[in-house]
Amino acid sequence: MSVETYTPRAFHRQAHDALGNPQIRSNFRRAMDGLMTKRRDVFSDWDLETLRELGANIRLRALARLPDLLEQLEANCVANGIRVHWAEDGEEACRIIREVCESHGAKSVIKGKSMVSEEMHLNAHLEAAGIEALESDLGEYLVQLNEQTPSHIIMPAIHLNTDEISDIMHEKTGTDRTRDVDYMTAAARAQLRERFMNADVGVSGVNFAVAETGTLCLVENEGNGRMTTTVPPVHIAVTGIEKVVEHLRDVPPLYALLTRSATGQHVTTYFNMISGPRKAGEHDGPREVHLVLVDSGRSRIYQDDELLDTLRCIRCGACMNHCPVYTRVGGHSYGTTYPGPIGSILMPHMLGLEETKDLPTASSLCGACGEVCPVKIPIPDLLVRLRREAVGEGRGNVPGAGVKRTKKEVAAWKSWQWLATHPAVWRTSLLMAGKLRALTPSKLGPWTQYRTAPKLAKRSLHALVKTHRRERGDEP
Amino acid sequence: MTPVKLYPTKSEKVYFFGTCLVDMFYPEAGLDGIRLLEREGIEVLFPEDQTCCGQPAYTSGYQSEARAVAAAQLGLFPEPWPIIVPSGSCGGMMRTHYPQLFAGTDQEALAGEVASRVYELTEYLVHVCHLQLDDRGQAEAVAMHTSCSARREMGLAETGPALLARLGQVKLVEQERAAECCGFGGTFAVRHPEVSAAMVEDKAQAIEATGASHFVSSDCGCLMNINGRFEHQKKAIQGEHIASYLWRRTS
Repeated sequence: MSVETYTPRAFHRQAHDALGNPQIRSNFRRAMDGLMTKRRDVFSDWDLETLRELGANIRLRALARLPDLLEQLEANCVANGIRVHWAEDGEEACRIIREVCESHGAKSVIKGKSMVSEEMHLNAHLEAAGIEALESDLGEYLVQLNEQTPSHIIMPAIHLNTDEISDIMHEKTGTDRTRDVDYMTAAARAQLRERFMNADVGVSGVNFAVAETGTLCLVENEGNGRMTTTVPPVHIAVTGIEKVVEHLRDVPPLYALLTRSATGQHVTTYFNMISGPRKAGEHDGPREVHLVLVDSGRSRIYQDDELLDTLRCIRCGACMNHCPVYTRVGGHSYGTTYPGPIGSILMPHMLGLEETKDLPTASSLCGACGEVCPVKIPIPDLLVRLRREAVGEGRGNVPGAGVKRTKKEVAAWKSWQWLATHPAVWRTSLLMAGKLRALTPSKLGPWTQYRTAPKLAKRSLHALVKTHRRERGDEP
Repeated sequence: MTPVKLYPTKSEKVYFFGTCLVDMFYPEAGLDGIRLLEREGIEVLFPEDQTCCGQPAYTSGYQSEARAVAAAQLGLFPEPWPIIVPSGSCGGMMRTHYPQLFAGTDQEALAGEVASRVYELTEYLVHVCHLQLDDRGQAEAVAMHTSCSARREMGLAETGPALLARLGQVKLVEQERAAECCGFGGTFAVRHPEVSAAMVEDKAQAIEATGASHFVSSDCGCLMNINGRFEHQKKAIQGEHIASYLWRRTS
């Protein structure tokens, strides 16, 4: 199956296409407006700032002890009967999962929602090995039917409206064309139910991995997560190494922040705590549980005390819901597994700045993302940090650092620097510019495509202040 | 949480940092800001050697160039007077980012000291001057766009509206999605012109939909962006800096 591909290199073209697509524009605008309202309402009677502070501190504390906590997690998982695997990158993680599948002669995998599995293109890898991987989260299922990738990390099919979903289900599964959401949901449920029963392996993500107990927490609304992790004889959980938390008591505050920030829910319909395979005498549950811990650039991020904050993320998607750029261009324009603000600070580490150089600049630095982030990631500051890396003025800790540095741009900023550090020349330039203002071009490239050019004042503030002082008698 | 800021009593003298956009494109707004302060009995010092706060290079990633330009401003405020900036964007740069920009350099202490004296103009007028306004203008409705830097970086969503509320004849009307960015973002408008255009188009429409014939902003970047859009579409709606609006109606 071919999947529609978007790339971060083509951000400008993809954004151009999305901006010109009224359906995409209205689907995202409506959905994001709804999500913003829901979040605001659900937090209205909470001391949100205190809760965010708590969430941030829990994540910071876990990250400060990350190496120790990972070892503790592994030991406790193993004690619980979970087999733990470590993967340096997505390719290795894919291989591990495929080998577990092959060792059971698996032909069919059912999947719960997992962005880490998207990050490593697990479905394509399994398919190439002759193993069918079927998404069971409704949004993921629709996106897979439509041969697309998710456009949002929480709501993968948010770019589609009811009519489009009806068409996709009709064409791919033979359901009636209808606007009846209940009918379509029931149809998808029936289609998936059979697949749960027959799947050889279930693959899921993890929201929080608790080090002190070796428990894997999975947050979901559809019950597909529970089915994926309990019905097939083998369950493989896959997650990034940063998802670990120290204590079980750390989970409730993070969970409270996650559901409210993501979908405006007080609580999700399902909250799964997976603590090992079926034990002797138990009648259900998988006979084997595996945990695959994926690095994929995370330990490199970890080594930089600024970039480290990126790893606090609990994947709620609030930053994209509130981003004025994401709201307009949608998730696919970014061309990366994680779109929006969090994607723009995370993907450069995974794909390098060469591929992703247009993402850190795709923000007006309005600060909405940082304002709503439940764990207080300073996203705007990190966007600036990556811009610095891209032009070679950072610490060089990001792959592709310096790739955007061009002689022309450096020369322009150096000239600006020279002018702004020579005040007498600055004043003379403003004086000359004021006199020559008639000559200022009315076309200034991209700016004047949509706006008129700003007009240089006849006299600068410097000059006006001089006159003003003379008039007041402050100076001769 | 933004810590509660304790404001000093009104200073007999203040420094005024006009910002490069005001200097070049909206000098009247700067002068009107100075006049408002002077009317409160404050002596306004305008260091002649001021140029730019350094933000354009800073947000573009050109750290050393930004630092050089910022360093040239640090020495302009030797006395302990407050530094008033008629922009949340430049004010935010100086208050929030100067300490980061000079961290670990020998100018770290100076940068922190300067940053601690920076106030955005409407902030100073509301919280320190407790400005009273005698409105002499016609009754009218006005919209306001508070810049993202004023709103989020400096925590000043309320000061502009508070000043407008003191104009007896003026009714502030709020546009839909008032807190959303207008799409300026400095070099963002040039690097991602189409996305920026989509944002300013929505902002312009939202302001127009309020029915106000006039809007104000406390940041000239936003003003240049939104006004430029209205003008491009030959709309009659005009925006001006809040300092000019306040001065015009009360002088």
